[in-house]
Amino acid sequence: MINMKHIYLDHAATTPVDPDVLDAMLPYFTERYGNASSLHSQGTAAKEALDESREQVASLIGADPDEVIFTGSGTESDNLAVKGVAMRHGSGHIITSQIEHPAVLQPCEYLENKGFDVTYLPVDKHGLVDPSDVHNAIRDDTRLVSIMHANNEIGTVEPVREIARVAHEHEVPVHTDAVQTVGKIPVDIQELGVDMLSLSAHKIYGPKGVGALYIRDGTQLEPLLHGGGHEHGLRSSTENIPGVVGLGTACQLAKERLDGEQKRLTGLRDRLIDTVLEIEEAYLNGHPEKRLPNNAHFRFTAIEGESLLLSLDEQGIAASTGSACSSKKLQASHVLLAIGLDAVEAHGSLRLTLGKDTTEEDVDIVLRVLPGIIERLREMSPLWSR
Amino acid sequence: MSMYSEKVMEHFRNPRNMGELEHPDGVGTVGNPVCGDVMTIHIKVEGDRLADIKFKTFGCAAAIATSSMITELAKGMTLDEAMQVNNEDVADALEGLPQVKMHCSNLAAEGLHKAIQDYREKQGKD
Repeated sequence: MINMKHIYLDHAATTPVDPDVLDAMLPYFTERYGNASSLHSQGTAAKEALDESREQVASLIGADPDEVIFTGSGTESDNLAVKGVAMRHGSGHIITSQIEHPAVLQPCEYLENKGFDVTYLPVDKHGLVDPSDVHNAIRDDTRLVSIMHANNEIGTVEPVREIARVAHEHEVPVHTDAVQTVGKIPVDIQELGVDMLSLSAHKIYGPKGVGALYIRDGTQLEPLLHGGGHEHGLRSSTENIPGVVGLGTACQLAKERLDGEQKRLTGLRDRLIDTVLEIEEAYLNGHPEKRLPNNAHFRFTAIEGESLLLSLDEQGIAASTGSACSSKKLQASHVLLAIGLDAVEAHGSLRLTLGKDTTEEDVDIVLRVLPGIIERLREMSPLWSR
Repeated sequence: MSMYSEKVMEHFRNPRNMGELEHPDGVGTVGNPVCGDVMTIHIKVEGDRLADIKFKTFGCAAAIATSSMITELAKGMTLDEAMQVNNEDVADALEGLPQVKMHCSNLAAEGLHKAIQDYREKQGKD
C-alpha cells in the first residue's frame, strides 16, 4: 500500500490551499505584517492588500467592494446574516429550509429559543425548495428568508432567484449560503437578487478561517462582534490580512478557471454517476440535473456508509457519508431524511465530491474499486438476500 | 480513520467466519436497521460445544469487527462458557472500541446468546 495513489474526493468538506494562494499569502505573515488601521507605511500596505482582496471577492460575485465584509468562516457569515437581521428587529418570523447547513439551522433554533418563530420549509425528493412554499409562509412579521444556494450533501442547486423574487414582493430580505456554489457555478448577486450571500475560502482552494458576507447596500443588521468598528462596524477584529489575501487570490483564480472547470467536472461527475448507477440497487441522491458540477451522491441498498468509507479509505480514496454511524450524534443526515429517505436508506449513502486535481484516472480507479467493495459488504450483510 | 484500534481494523479487513451455515442448530439476530447495525449469528453444536459459528453483519466497522471477534472467541467453547462471554469481553479482545460505539455496535455477544437460546429451545432444554 506504500505506493497507493491517494484520491481525495471530499472537496465539499474542504480543499487543499492552491500553491499560488499560499504564495500570495506568505509575505503578509512576516514582511507585510502591518495593521490595516495603522497610518504608517506598513499599515498602508496591509490596507491596500485588504482593498484589493475585497475587489477580487466582489468581482467574482458581481458585487460592489463596499458590499463585501470579511469574516472568520462561512459559519460566521451565516450567523451574522441570520442573527444580525433578527437582532435588528428583536422579534418576528424567519423562513428557512429543512436542508440548510447547521450554520443556518442552529442560529435559527437559537432564535426560536429567544422567542422568534421559524418556518423550516420542506423539500421535494430531489431536495428542491418550492418558491410557492416561500410565498405561502411569508407573514407580516417575516424578517428574513434564508435558503442555501446549493446543498452541501446532495448537491442540489436551489431556485434562489425565484425565491428572492417572491420574498421581495413582500419586501422581505433574502440571504443565501453560497459556500458550495461560489467558484463552482456562476454566482452573480444581481442575477440572484439576494440581499446577503455567504462564502468561504477553504472550499475554493483558499485557507481555513476566513469567509465573507455580501451585504446589499441598505440591508439592516446588527454585528455579532463589537469592538474597533472594522468592516463598517459589522465585524470588529483586526483584519486577518494573510487569510483575506488568500480568499481574494482564491476568488480570482476561481473566476479565471470557472468556465473550464465547470465543464470538466460536470463531465467527470456524469461519467461517475452513470457508471455507478449500473451497480445493482444503486441510486442517485439529489437532483439529476440541477446539481453541483462536482457532486455525486449515492445510496446502496443493504450496506452501511461508515464501512463503505473505511473500505474506500483502505484503497486510498477519501469520501463522505450521511450514515448515522459516522456522525458524532449517531443520527442520520437531516438532509437525507428531508428528501424522504428512511434511516435505513440513509445509512447506505456515499458522497463523492470532485475538485481541480481530480483526473479521469482517479474516476477510473473509483469505478474499478467501488463495485467490489459494495459486493463484499453485501455478502456480509444479512439485509442483502440475492 | 484512526478512531479504531488496529485490531478492529484487522478484523474489519479480514473478518473470520463470515457467512451462514447451511443447517444451523441455532440462529440469533440482534440489532435494528434503523440504528444501523444488524447481526445474524449461526451456530453448529456438537455434544455441548460450539463446533462452528458464522456471522453476517450490516453495520459499521465496529459492528463487523465485534461479530468477527465473537466467532473467534466462542468457537470450541461449551454452551455454558459461551453464555458467559459478554459485550465487554468482545470489546476488550478488540483492544477497545470508541465510546460512542460501545452501545450501538457492540451486540455480538447478545447475538451469540440468542443463537444458543434458540438451539436450547429447539432441543427442549429450556
